[in-house]
Amino acid sequence: MAFQEVKLYQVGTYVAGNRLLDPERRTVQARTDRSNAITSGHRACQGCGEALGARFVLDAAMRATGGNMVAVNATGCLEVFSTPYPESSWQVPWLHSLFGNAPAVASGVAAALRAAGRADTRVVAQGGDGGTVDIGMGCLSGMFERGDDVLYVCYDNEGYMNTGVQRSGATPPAARTANTKPVGAEPGNPFGQGKSVPLIAMAHEIPYVATATVAELHDLEHKVEKAMTFHGPRYLHVFVPCPLGWGAASADTIRLARLAKESGLFPVFEAEHGEVTSVSRIRRQVPVEEYLAPQRRFAHLFTDPPRTDVVARIQARADRNITRFGLLQQGA
Amino acid sequence: MPSQLEGSLAVARTVARCRPQVVAAYPISPQTHIVEALSDMVRTGELAPCEYLMVESEFGAMSACIGASAAGARTYTATASQGLLFMAEAVFNASGLGLPIVMTVANRAIGAPINIWNDHSDAMALRDSGWFQLFAESNQDAVDLHVQAYRLAEELSLPVMVCMDGYVLTHAVERLELPTREQVDAFLPPFTPRQVLDPHDPVTIGAMVGPEAFTEVKYLMHAVQMRALDAVPRIAAEFEAAFGRRSGGLVRPYRTEDAETVVVALGSVLGTVETVVDEMRAEGVRIGALGITCFRPWPLQEVRDVLAGAQRVVIVEKAFAAGAGGIVGQNTRDALRGTPTVVYDVVAGLGGRPVTRRSLHRLFDEVLAERLDPAGLHFLDLNTGLVERELARMRNPRPGPHAESMLRDLGSVGAESH
Repeated sequence: MAFQEVKLYQVGTYVAGNRLLDPERRTVQARTDRSNAITSGHRACQGCGEALGARFVLDAAMRATGGNMVAVNATGCLEVFSTPYPESSWQVPWLHSLFGNAPAVASGVAAALRAAGRADTRVVAQGGDGGTVDIGMGCLSGMFERGDDVLYVCYDNEGYMNTGVQRSGATPPAARTANTKPVGAEPGNPFGQGKSVPLIAMAHEIPYVATATVAELHDLEHKVEKAMTFHGPRYLHVFVPCPLGWGAASADTIRLARLAKESGLFPVFEAEHGEVTSVSRIRRQVPVEEYLAPQRRFAHLFTDPPRTDVVARIQARADRNITRFGLLQQGA
Repeated sequence: MPSQLEGSLAVARTVARCRPQVVAAYPISPQTHIVEALSDMVRTGELAPCEYLMVESEFGAMSACIGASAAGARTYTATASQGLLFMAEAVFNASGLGLPIVMTVANRAIGAPINIWNDHSDAMALRDSGWFQLFAESNQDAVDLHVQAYRLAEELSLPVMVCMDGYVLTHAVERLELPTREQVDAFLPPFTPRQVLDPHDPVTIGAMVGPEAFTEVKYLMHAVQMRALDAVPRIAAEFEAAFGRRSGGLVRPYRTEDAETVVVALGSVLGTVETVVDEMRAEGVRIGALGITCFRPWPLQEVRDVLAGAQRVVIVEKAFAAGAGGIVGQNTRDALRGTPTVVYDVVAGLGGRPVTRRSLHRLFDEVLAERLDPAGLHFLDLNTGLVERELARMRNPRPGPHAESMLRDLGSVGAESH
């Protein structure tokens, strides 16, 4: 093969390969001056989507703030694998307090900086989906409604992975977890439960809400940098596959994140002050089976006979997202 | 210059003079007047620079204080009762991280049954949270303890609870002397944090610690608590030298020199106890009182020094450990280990029941007449008939909720006084 064909639809988007972009717009990770906010040697599993996401988020935030930032962390995988005493992976000032209070702790940090006349030092809080959509929800909503100057990042791997893969309010229907096993009349996690925190965040009419996946890391970086151009509460919800919890191959993390987006199951969009401002469209729509089948947490849907009825209900959820957010390319 | 002030307002003004940079609070009776006044002062600019965070819960309040303190701000909150329990996880976290937060606890009962009135079950529930606990006897004491609390907290880098009786103190208007801004500035140096979130010198705060060092980190908390046994009286002495008033310290003996009987208590009830001591002294009884100002750390040696010469000690406390007995009583017995002193545990003033001179006098007479069993837990002014009738109803298969049955039995909802 003499050359690689350039797919023109990638140009001008953050999905594009690095080499197609102006040097100024290239990924933070491609720069020699990247901060390595979370450095090597941490103890995340192979193929951990959260470790990947956190690295890109924090390095982008460090670049956006010129290194003038503080990180607050909820209890969870990210906290545990990054700070086994006496080691720390963090090259940024970093505070971990509890599972459910990261947004309030971040509010306190921001208030202290404001009182000290150091509001130029920015605050990024981060947690998993359990710490965000469930136990931290009250503090998160409080931080939003008060208008505190905090970027909160949720790394969503759709369950309590750190405690042994239990269901959270972000676990999708039909997924097997340690407490939603594929037994009984409705195998796996029930339909009709769970919540979209990006939409809840939008209901607070905060300056900026975005979703992203670790399949499109440049897009993720861009959203972090954009978030740091706003003041006040901002919310970034990052889809991060978990090989351990999902029963997926470590090498499939990026592929699964891409399939979640390309199937319509995870809508990728931005919103400002409660209104959707941009949508990352599906380039090549895939049926949800392509996303579900490689994951053992959905294996009970692909037995003999297969649970096509359940897969159809999941497809209906994807279709609803596609309609609701306008995820398909024009004419696609 | 002395002024007539509500306890809450006096505390709020004093806290403002300590120049907190972040106040985070959630309203709960009877703490509200304190934080309302602080909110006013921040909004008018009287207290500046200061950020007042109206958080969504007490858990959020303590969490915001944790973040603010770790970012280098002098930090304040106030709560009571259910609020203190709701923030309990963060209360332990603040002390574990070694953050010098000062918190007023406007002491109030814990439900169920829900009750907004004063006792000490809130502070006592968190007595082992790693915080220093100071108990105010009067509003002057409450005011002065807050100034000392910031000194203590920041010197040892551990948080302090200043406990003041809800309503009895918080809502009482008394003549008192507010520390002036100049006095406080001279007494309380600007906060220099031991650890701080600084982009120029990044540190990791709140790392995970396993069995290899957890014991040692926790031991340090105990060691620092024990160092407060020296710091608390020293700070009280410095306070007296600077302000000309005695306040603080570990314990406060009252007419105990030759006392055969000593009454031990915490908080505002000490005023009544001391009056009864005076009455009984006038009758020729050799009785005294010991106020515990500092309950955590527990001043074991100081308590022992005062009480070891007495024949008997009567603990009058506003909380108890259900299924075990008195709480201050257990600590006092520990201090008196190896001595022949007899300790009587008496629970009084639960859920706002007044502790009257007459009831205390009768109680102490009973103790002196050896009509009280030192092995039991006693409840001052207990309506035994009411309890016995409910116990009888409990023999029914479905007796219903206790509180409602007992109020119905009394004939009027909550109106019975003792």
